[in-house]
Amino acid sequence: MDRRAFLQAVAAAPIAGLPHLARADVRPRVVVIGGGFGGGTAAKYLRLWDPGIEVLLIERQPRFISCPMSNLVLSGDRRLDDNVFDYSGLERHGVVRVQAEVDAIDADKREVRTADGARIRYDRLVLSPGIDFRWGDIQGLDAADADREIPHAWKAGPQTELLRRQLAAMPDGGVYLLSIPKSPYRCPPGPYERISLIASYFKREKPRSKVLVVDANPEIVSKKGLFTQAWADLYPGLIEYVPGNAIVEVDVRRKTARTDFDGFRADVLNIVPPHGAGTIAHRAGVVSVDGRWAGVDFQTYESLVVPGIHVLGDATSAGPAPKSAHTANNQAKIAASAIIALLRGKPPTAVPVSANTCYSFVSPEEAVHIAAVYRFDPAKKTLVTAEGTLGVSKERNTLEAGYTYAWAENIWRDTLF
Amino acid sequence: MNLRSRTPHARRWPTALMLIAGLTVSAVPSARADDVNPNAGRDLAASCAACHGTNGRAVGGFPVLAGKDREALIAALRGFRDGTHKASVMHQHAKGYTEAEAALVADYFSRQSPTKP
Repeated sequence: MDRRAFLQAVAAAPIAGLPHLARADVRPRVVVIGGGFGGGTAAKYLRLWDPGIEVLLIERQPRFISCPMSNLVLSGDRRLDDNVFDYSGLERHGVVRVQAEVDAIDADKREVRTADGARIRYDRLVLSPGIDFRWGDIQGLDAADADREIPHAWKAGPQTELLRRQLAAMPDGGVYLLSIPKSPYRCPPGPYERISLIASYFKREKPRSKVLVVDANPEIVSKKGLFTQAWADLYPGLIEYVPGNAIVEVDVRRKTARTDFDGFRADVLNIVPPHGAGTIAHRAGVVSVDGRWAGVDFQTYESLVVPGIHVLGDATSAGPAPKSAHTANNQAKIAASAIIALLRGKPPTAVPVSANTCYSFVSPEEAVHIAAVYRFDPAKKTLVTAEGTLGVSKERNTLEAGYTYAWAENIWRDTLF
Repeated sequence: MNLRSRTPHARRWPTALMLIAGLTVSAVPSARADDVNPNAGRDLAASCAACHGTNGRAVGGFPVLAGKDREALIAALRGFRDGTHKASVMHQHAKGYTEAEAALVADYFSRQSPTKP
């Protein structure tokens, strides 16, 4: 069945128009929007834990491309293809995949509308849209510029390869500029890993070059001591770090960028704009925190403002938990368990517990981690960092470089296969 | 350099810790709703899967937890928590769970097949 025929079949299914209560004899249906770490994991675990639930995964891309491990592509230490997976593993779990763009969500009718014109009913919706960029925050730069000339490469894909090509073509003695948006942003240690790996590439092949970092934050956001030490030991003179400076304007043609205080010129400009929840989260009406993120109930990950929609991953305001693949994967299982309980008329798990481990390379050979456990506090209805769990590696080491690969292999499988 | 070959070696649970655990396991009394939730162990263990594989069937060198002895797993978690079992990251994670939760997690993994796909 081709996509359009399938969508029409889904939309025309006899269950579609009936009220929720009249459907007791029919399998409950969960629609998952977004096939990243959050959505993939949710779709898989819903089927794993309750095969009586029909799960539809709507994702506009044909394949999954992992952001974790993509900084290695920029330094020439990995091929992007090694980060790419198809969705056949989820289909083997009985997840029905729909490749489509979602245009709108009608929470009152419990219906998703795709760009193809299909209307898909749901009993519960999982929304895991990731991030979108706030182009209006930087004058002179837009999404098309990023695709063509000034990549953010903050979603792994064609821009990762564009940035790699630009770095490879840059002459020795050139300047690579990375701008980091103000926190919260996707993957707190990610920019500092990127700086480290690109510095390692320059050290190896273009030793007169420079990594210029313009950070909107007052200091390194994650694993500060470990990154600072690694940069001093491994890349002396290669990295210039400018904190407390947000890029507000870019001249694409002249390759210059400006903050309120300074102007910069670079051979390769890698501007990562501030971001917020993916566009569809705004359209669904679930964005309730700072006009940028979705507020959720940490027991179920259901939106605090729109009933029936569970929001996962980077799009959420996740309390103390970072915006990471690991967080999204863990949130997805809490949501899957809660959704099954709610659909089956049972109480959700009272005190869900999630964890995060983020490994970062400081060179292709050495890595460091940050990790913590997060517990739902039922009395305060908040997420709290479990005492004694938040911490980082004592020092950079080769053992954890191996662990970084093992982590990636396992989380990809746990999410997609 | 091929980093893929440098994946971590599985850690062996110390025999001494397994023996001690067999003697000292005790449930922490609690009136929480999760005590009667049949999925409490499954849900707690699901978090571990990000590194240790779905239902504890890890690949790439992280320890496989599926099918491991329940008491050995409890002992290992306790060892990580009190610092007698050295680790790169598990000493942090283990502190996030109560003794009763650790037992639920251990119980769940001990009942999983290490080979089922």
